[in-house]
Amino acid sequence: MAEAMLAVEGVHAGYGPRLALKGVDLHIDRGEIVALIGSNGAGKSTLLMTLCGHPRAKQGRIWFEGRDITRVPTHDLVRCGLVQVPEGRRIFSRMTVLENLQMGALTSDSRHFRPDLDRVFALFPVLAERRAQRGGVLSGGEQQMLAIGRALMSRPRLLLLDEPSLGLAPLVVRKIFATLEEINAGEGVTILLVEQNAYHALKLAFRGYVMVNGVITLTGTGSGLLANPEIRAAYLEGGG
Amino acid sequence: MIDLYRETAIFLQQLVNGITIGATYGLIAIGYTMVYGIIGMINFAHGEIYMIGAFVAVMTYVVMGMLGVQSVPLALLAMLGVGMVVTAAYGWTVERIAYRPLRRSFRLAPLISAIGMSIALQNYVQITQGARVKPLPPVLPGGIHFLEETGFGVKITWLQIFIWTVTVALMIVFTWVVARTALGRQQRACEQDQLMAALVGVNVDRIISLTFVMGAVLAAVAGLIVTLQYGVVDFHIGFLAGVKAFTAAVLGGIGSLPGAMLGGLLIGLIETFWAAYFSGAYKDVATFGILVLVLLFRPTGLLGRPETEKV
Ligand SMILES: Nc1ncnc2c1ncn2[C@@H]1O[C@H](COP(=O)(O)OP(=O)(O)OP(=O)(O)O)[C@@H](O)[C@H]1O
Ligand SMILES: [Mg+2]
Repeated sequence: MAEAMLAVEGVHAGYGPRLALKGVDLHIDRGEIVALIGSNGAGKSTLLMTLCGHPRAKQGRIWFEGRDITRVPTHDLVRCGLVQVPEGRRIFSRMTVLENLQMGALTSDSRHFRPDLDRVFALFPVLAERRAQRGGVLSGGEQQMLAIGRALMSRPRLLLLDEPSLGLAPLVVRKIFATLEEINAGEGVTILLVEQNAYHALKLAFRGYVMVNGVITLTGTGSGLLANPEIRAAYLEGGG
Repeated sequence: MIDLYRETAIFLQQLVNGITIGATYGLIAIGYTMVYGIIGMINFAHGEIYMIGAFVAVMTYVVMGMLGVQSVPLALLAMLGVGMVVTAAYGWTVERIAYRPLRRSFRLAPLISAIGMSIALQNYVQITQGARVKPLPPVLPGGIHFLEETGFGVKITWLQIFIWTVTVALMIVFTWVVARTALGRQQRACEQDQLMAALVGVNVDRIISLTFVMGAVLAAVAGLIVTLQYGVVDFHIGFLAGVKAFTAAVLGGIGSLPGAMLGGLLIGLIETFWAAYFSGAYKDVATFGILVLVLLFRPTGLLGRPETEKV
């Protein structure tokens, strides 16, 4: 087996004594877009946060680019190339758009700042217009663009996205997904996408995983999962 | 007519004195407000850091004298520099041993630890330095006199001018650091969302340490100022100054940097004017009375931000 970019082996994690992940195994190869779907409370967000060391895995191992990152401090993972756009966007609402993007660029070389900023502004022109406004006054869609832009400023090799389409109008969702595709195809950023919006996510993804109750129950290609009657019944009814 | 002149002179003199004492409160208040902003905790040992700053100033002066240093600017610079370095070390240590281990514990734990730290530092200074007041000869005598024909006269000492200059310079530097530098952005990010800050690569523990150090450095300057102004220090000056500076931070709006400066200035002015026009005995009562009044009408303080953020 060729070495995967990210390999998760038997990871258990949770909050206090309660386990939200009960032995998760998955892998992502360089250059892929992988979708992770599952119903509310399945443990998707917990998995993404555990990849970033918060909460820490109680059991199991996480490998990234051949390195065991299970115990690496959260703030060092960006420097490894592992970057997350967390659930709820979590932009710094009292900072300006520009300052949010500067926060994203914290760990990257200052020489890259101008070109990276121009690239983000080219992807999301609205951010350029609003660069001096406080993040908190942006609309939901603009905040999501800012959260993605902030992540791109740190030059990720693997980008973790937690429900980027949540609460956004269909047009904005389409725009965000098109951008993800562009980032992946154009710049070779590998993507792990957590989505409620299973239809869009599986259409975009090369492969997908289904999580139920803290374990992976099903995996396959994006189109394979889309065609699976079980998946259709559980996650896609009325969603197409 | 002459009477009005005289009143003006008295007023101006109080203004000069009030601004000077207000500067020290403001400098100490910044430490309270910054630490509160970042970890949501009142660092009750902060007043002791200021007291240590005052002691270090006296000790540095004595050492400079023994080394035969005659130059006043050099002596002041050394007092400022040594004071900042020593209190920075204290601020860092206090955070490390008293607060960091309790970061994830129940809410009152760090508060109790802070009070314990405060008592420990007082006793430590009392034991090592003795309980008697330490005097400091006037380092920067003289000043400018005007309105002397009124029979009262207004005096601005060189020392006061030095104090104002240093205070204004430090406040400009700190405001600039917080508003414009990568360090300041990291501090503000930690104030808003520590987990997200860590996700973009901020070493949150390090930023918290640095925040304590920055607060301690300003407290050291306040300690130096008070020592120069009054010429004496003892081991329990930290308590009252700490309480007043904390009041200043709350008055200005805890968490707000300009609020801390404004609050400090106001409290300095209030107590000076109250003592001059009414009675020295009740100046602290007046100060706290005004605090209560302000909080009744503006619970977040004068420049505090109301908690109506879109999350
Ligand atoms: N901070 C927390 N403290 C305690 N329990 C939590 C916390 N976050 C999540 N949980 C619990 O962990 C389990 C998994 O939650 P998680 O947020 O990972 O689910 P999810 O798949 O992302 O769901 P959703 O689609 O609703 O976002 C749930 O039972 C949830 O209640
Ligand atoms: Mg979730």
